[in-house]
Amino acid sequence: MTLDTVNRPRDGEWLDEVATRARLDATWGDAPGLWGALTTVDHKRVAHRYLITAFAFFVAGGLVALLMRVQLSHADEHVVGPDLYNQLFTMHGSTMMFLFAVPVMEAVAIYLVPLMVGTRGIAFPRLTAFSYWIYVAGGILLWVAFALNIGPDAGWFAYTPLSGPQYSAGKRVDMWAQMITYTELSGLAVAISIIGTILKQRAPGMSLNRMPLFVWSMLVMSLMILFAMPAVMLASTFLLMDRLVGTHFYNAAEGGDALLWQHLFWFFGHPEVYIIFIPALGIVSSVVSTFARRSIFAYPLMVLALIGIGFLAFGLWVHHMFATGLPRLGNSFYTAASMVIAVPSGVQIFCWIATLWAGRPRFSTPLLFVIGFVIVFVLGGLTGVMLASVPLDLQLHDTYFVVAHFHYVLIGGAVFPLFAGLYFWFPKLTGRMLSERLGHWNFWVLFIGFNLTFFPMHYLGLAGMPRRIYTYAEGLGWDTLNSIATVGAFLIALSVLMALINMIVSARNGPVAGANPWGAPTLEWATPSPPPSYNFAHIPLVSGDNPMWEHRERLQVLRGLRLDKRELVLTSALDATADVRDPSARPSIWPLLAAIAVSGLFLGSIFTPWAVVIGAVPATIALIAWFWPKDPPAENEEDDEI
Amino acid sequence: MSPTGSGELQPQFMGDLATLPPHAHGNRSLTWWGMMGMIAIEGTAFVLAVATYFYLANQSPDWPPDALLPELLPGILFTALLLVSVIPNVWLQRVAEAEKPQPVRIALVVMSLFGAALVVIRYFEFPALLVTWDRSAYGSILVTLLGLHTVHLVTDLIDTLVLTVLMMTGHGKGRRFVDVAENAIYWNFVVITWIPIYLVVYFAARWL
Repeated sequence: MTLDTVNRPRDGEWLDEVATRARLDATWGDAPGLWGALTTVDHKRVAHRYLITAFAFFVAGGLVALLMRVQLSHADEHVVGPDLYNQLFTMHGSTMMFLFAVPVMEAVAIYLVPLMVGTRGIAFPRLTAFSYWIYVAGGILLWVAFALNIGPDAGWFAYTPLSGPQYSAGKRVDMWAQMITYTELSGLAVAISIIGTILKQRAPGMSLNRMPLFVWSMLVMSLMILFAMPAVMLASTFLLMDRLVGTHFYNAAEGGDALLWQHLFWFFGHPEVYIIFIPALGIVSSVVSTFARRSIFAYPLMVLALIGIGFLAFGLWVHHMFATGLPRLGNSFYTAASMVIAVPSGVQIFCWIATLWAGRPRFSTPLLFVIGFVIVFVLGGLTGVMLASVPLDLQLHDTYFVVAHFHYVLIGGAVFPLFAGLYFWFPKLTGRMLSERLGHWNFWVLFIGFNLTFFPMHYLGLAGMPRRIYTYAEGLGWDTLNSIATVGAFLIALSVLMALINMIVSARNGPVAGANPWGAPTLEWATPSPPPSYNFAHIPLVSGDNPMWEHRERLQVLRGLRLDKRELVLTSALDATADVRDPSARPSIWPLLAAIAVSGLFLGSIFTPWAVVIGAVPATIALIAWFWPKDPPAENEEDDEI
Repeated sequence: MSPTGSGELQPQFMGDLATLPPHAHGNRSLTWWGMMGMIAIEGTAFVLAVATYFYLANQSPDWPPDALLPELLPGILFTALLLVSVIPNVWLQRVAEAEKPQPVRIALVVMSLFGAALVVIRYFEFPALLVTWDRSAYGSILVTLLGLHTVHLVTDLIDTLVLTVLMMTGHGKGRRFVDVAENAIYWNFVVITWIPIYLVVYFAARWL
């Protein structure tokens, strides 16, 4: 076969590596300066933004928490009043759940999934770029509202009727409800991109049974997003309509039902917890395998456990509603389901322990955070099983015991793994290693600070301290433990500060990492650190479970993708046999313009329903312009670009 | 030795991708998977909205509370025309997958006309519900169900119009046939979701 590599240049042995990379960079690189920044569709740049923005919201949500801890450090404290306190806990929960935890996991996926499956770009790159702008608009909406004293104050789950028009006049709850629309739209967009990337863009040979557990976890997360997030969008749209145009979904006086909100919210809200937790499991599997220096024990079981958790997570939502007087038999079902989900979670934990047991573990900072995760998360899991039993739940509902429980599972289940991931992948993102010494300090201060803050809350809850109170009277026996918790909160803040300093200093002065500093097995380590715009000079050919451990001398690759236009290879969904050379979208300003138009529609609809009708016009125009081909059609489809 | 001096492995070429086709139909196409994702999202929203209807109906002692039952004629006309539209739509999908330009253009025009006619009939369905959204929870969910489906109807009509224009230009070839075929699949989704929503909106309160 003769191949025209002159008019249609392609990668291969006929061109030396330096020239290949220069040409690929010219094709896949962004325009310089601001224009390039606004139009980029490079998943790595978009993910960088997501990570930095999500971290900023994490810090903001953390500062709000510190203020609450100061207020609660002693009885009868008056640092903040009840109204501001209501806003503080609502902002803290909403920020941590919607602006930090879920987006940060998506960001990790956006950055790593395309690299780990060995492709040149993410699927639907413009959609990914769009998702970021929408996310940041939703975050700004919430925090600007808070700054203007129209911050939401009905709790992060905004129960009706409290959040309804009758008991929450003004626009506070609307700001919250519309923030939901922004962040969920963004999350759904990311999920579509991740699913497309995983199912269609895996490197040839990476059949599903060779896919890294991290990628499996991101697939399960994305599928869960597809089925969970529509529930909260529907619920918050109903709420907005009740508040704006006088529908009666939650209005009991006109045939509506306040509990409908709780059903719809928790049908999303419980899977949401696992949408945060499942990616963390993927991070942990990557770290454990690398630092134990062997493949994960019982890989098929681990995959099944991930999928099992994904399914079971949809059958738990009523356990948030045991105190609402639902039928007893229904409660028993949800008790059982809540206990059953401990089984696949346990499978994960035992398989990691077995992997470490059988391997030759190196106790670097990432593994330290993983061990911290196991300890903290198991404690949170145990209180979860306790709360799953209805009689106990009725006693502990709305007390600090619940606060302790979900911080153990969320910080234990997501923040510890995220720190593990930070120390593990920071060299890939920046080309430099983080300081191990500061990393150890970071870990121990966080671990001690965390337990100091939240362990006493178990007892406080048992001693009857309710959630969401802005202060308490002296002599109830809550003072000392609250003071200890506040000290712990400042230690957590200190540990986050340490991580921040470590990142800033190491990004400039850390030791140079090289492509694969940890000797890890997955494909993101096959490319330089930080990865070039095109990810891989040649598409890898995968022939085993641990590509970087199979052929240690040379990387097996495939030739033949175009150098002068953005092209990537689609593979079959199950076996990953090479199938189509698909064009990948070039940079475009339209995702940003579409995001501005859609944001205008959402923002306007807080105030008038007509914003939906009028706002639909620019949004539609922007979406059509986004899709419409910009170049005159090429003679041959081979040369068409999108 | 590493090609860029960064500890990377040297490549070893094992095969060629150059002979792969530049586009393909059905589940070999990436956008097909994106569309299936959208269908999963929107399908979930429909299921939950229908569940909301039955939840509210179940909580209410009389259903519909203090309201007349919807008039049937506009809904019957809409449903009949929607079902008929499946025939040209299946033809459209077939000629798009066979990548025949002229029949595709004709079928797109036909589908645009069907879409426009359906939107016109839909306009008369809202008053035929004989209840407004602010009358009761029954009115709220009824109008919302119909509205939710209307959003999909209008979206697909706009998609079809854009593709009709596109296929008339020089761009109307190659991978654009994939877009047309997938848009036809999406129309099937709009049709299929209507059947349960139709039954719920017009008949659930009559039969239950």
